[in-house]
Amino acid sequence: MSGCARRSDRRLRRAAAALGLWLGLSVAAAGPGGADEAPPARVVSINLCTDQLAMMLAAPGQLHSVTNLATDPRVSAMAEEAAAFPSNRGAAEDIYLMRPDLVLAGRYTAQPTVAMLRRLGIPVVVFDPALSLDDVRTRMVEMGAALGQEEAAARAVAIFDARRAALRESVSRRPSAALYYANGYTAGDRSLAGEILAAAGFENVAEAAGLSAGGRMPLEVLALAAPEAVVTARPYPGASRAEDILDHPVVRALREGRAAGAFADRDWICGTPHVLAAIESLAELRRTLPPEGPE
Amino acid sequence: MTRLALLLGALVAALFLGSLTIGPAGVGAGESLRALVLGDAGPLTLVMREIRLPRALLAAIVGASLGLAGAAMQGYLRNPLAEPGLIGVSGAAALGAVIALQTGLAASWALGLPAAALAGALAAVLLVVALAGPRGTSLTLILAGIAISALAAALTSLVLNLSPNPFAASEIVFWMMGSLADRSMSDVWVALPFTALGWALLMTMGRGLDALTLGEDAAGALGIRLGRLQAALVLGTASAVGAATAVAGTIGFVGLVVPHLLRPLVGARPSRLLWASALGGAAMVLAADIAVRLVLPERDLKLGVLTALVGAPLFLHLIYRTRREMG
Repeated sequence: MSGCARRSDRRLRRAAAALGLWLGLSVAAAGPGGADEAPPARVVSINLCTDQLAMMLAAPGQLHSVTNLATDPRVSAMAEEAAAFPSNRGAAEDIYLMRPDLVLAGRYTAQPTVAMLRRLGIPVVVFDPALSLDDVRTRMVEMGAALGQEEAAARAVAIFDARRAALRESVSRRPSAALYYANGYTAGDRSLAGEILAAAGFENVAEAAGLSAGGRMPLEVLALAAPEAVVTARPYPGASRAEDILDHPVVRALREGRAAGAFADRDWICGTPHVLAAIESLAELRRTLPPEGPE
Repeated sequence: MTRLALLLGALVAALFLGSLTIGPAGVGAGESLRALVLGDAGPLTLVMREIRLPRALLAAIVGASLGLAGAAMQGYLRNPLAEPGLIGVSGAAALGAVIALQTGLAASWALGLPAAALAGALAAVLLVVALAGPRGTSLTLILAGIAISALAAALTSLVLNLSPNPFAASEIVFWMMGSLADRSMSDVWVALPFTALGWALLMTMGRGLDALTLGEDAAGALGIRLGRLQAALVLGTASAVGAATAVAGTIGFVGLVVPHLLRPLVGARPSRLLWASALGGAAMVLAADIAVRLVLPERDLKLGVLTALVGAPLFLHLIYRTRREMG
């Protein structure tokens, strides 16, 4: 878990992604199919984030199935679109019976499932989670290559870049904010949520608390940092102690009288262009804060 | 005797202050206590009044409940192995609390959570007292406890696994091991009325328990009504342990260790052991809760882990001592 190893790992991945960009088509063509083969015709996605990227980029009829999570509006930004596809629960047996010619999985998808599918002769492309806004565009390029939809991917990346550039504004004062999730977990600067926060013009208090890689931030530390905005996750139905912390008097006091109503929800979870919507709404919130800061 | 009371009282007070001044925020003791008492609406006052004060209060309340219930049970069953955690009372209370939380009863009715935990604890105490009774052997007591604990733990896991909340299943550990992290004053107000009722009932048992050391017939001759004594034990234990478990989860072995350590100091008089164990229990849970914050501050180490590390070896020792009776 050393930050240094993680950073170098990311640099490596970035370099690999850049290389992928240069080689573009040739890498994709040499991918699962082979040089002269047509793009995959029956694709099954078994990860919430690859679900959304695939729905965005696949040609009509190319994507056969997405996960059952993709239809859950709490975690999926494309729940309506996902309803049109048969859903799967990510079990090797179900997926094999769908007879896919390509399976899209995430790095943290159950490894036995991925190994089993490969043993059964089904090509599986594994996607890393996006940890930054740059990763988001890389994932789109990778998905385009995997699906043989390089042009669609290039168009989506261009739109993403343009929207992202339009969001850039010079901010005179960066108000402090904390990301606070169930069990008191926070996300640091080196995460997608951290980059969303930074792009919206906020200063993440996790950095000052020594949690730039994220981790558990005790309630006391949050209270003493007294951030101007607290971004929490929307609680699930049914009770849990893990989420009780979001309703603790301390968090409630921090949310009241400051920038209220900020929730990290489905737009934040996956590295898709929907993160731009998260940045937009968060920047909107920042503009409601006093320009001169507290006290 | 008053010396022991003063000593235990001073220990609880010192640990209470320690609990108030130790935390991840790393603020000086004087400064934090001033913020607690005077209050300046700043973030430190918020930390002291809404995070540390409820935590310290709950540790004392939960500890006193467990220590007192342990001493009363051991006195009534005349068995040093009786303990709310070991005989399944805490586990059944946790089951009641989990059911109240997951069905929404706790959210819709302010007393739903402690009442459901009390009902669970009540069922377990009734079952244990019916099975083991004052004349039951240690073997019956322990076996009944194992069965009730196992069933309660399995049903608790089932309810949490069925919850629509993805975090609920990971909280099986909390309900089995207990924790006081991130509780608030509302938890204190949930627990306090029921635990206070339980304490009041259990403290009335002193004279009866003293008489019972002479045997049931002698106690009857002294005018002790066993039925009433038993009712006080059952209701008092269920009320105190149930409410404590509802907010803090299952914390085992406190009711075993504390009466065992204090028994020689009170001249083995059950009536004196009651109040001494209440103070001792408060001290033990306060100390354990300070320890979890010092040993692994960044992890939410569970209280029951520490109390079991101290209590389980003692439990084995007690079994070894009573094995002739059990054989």
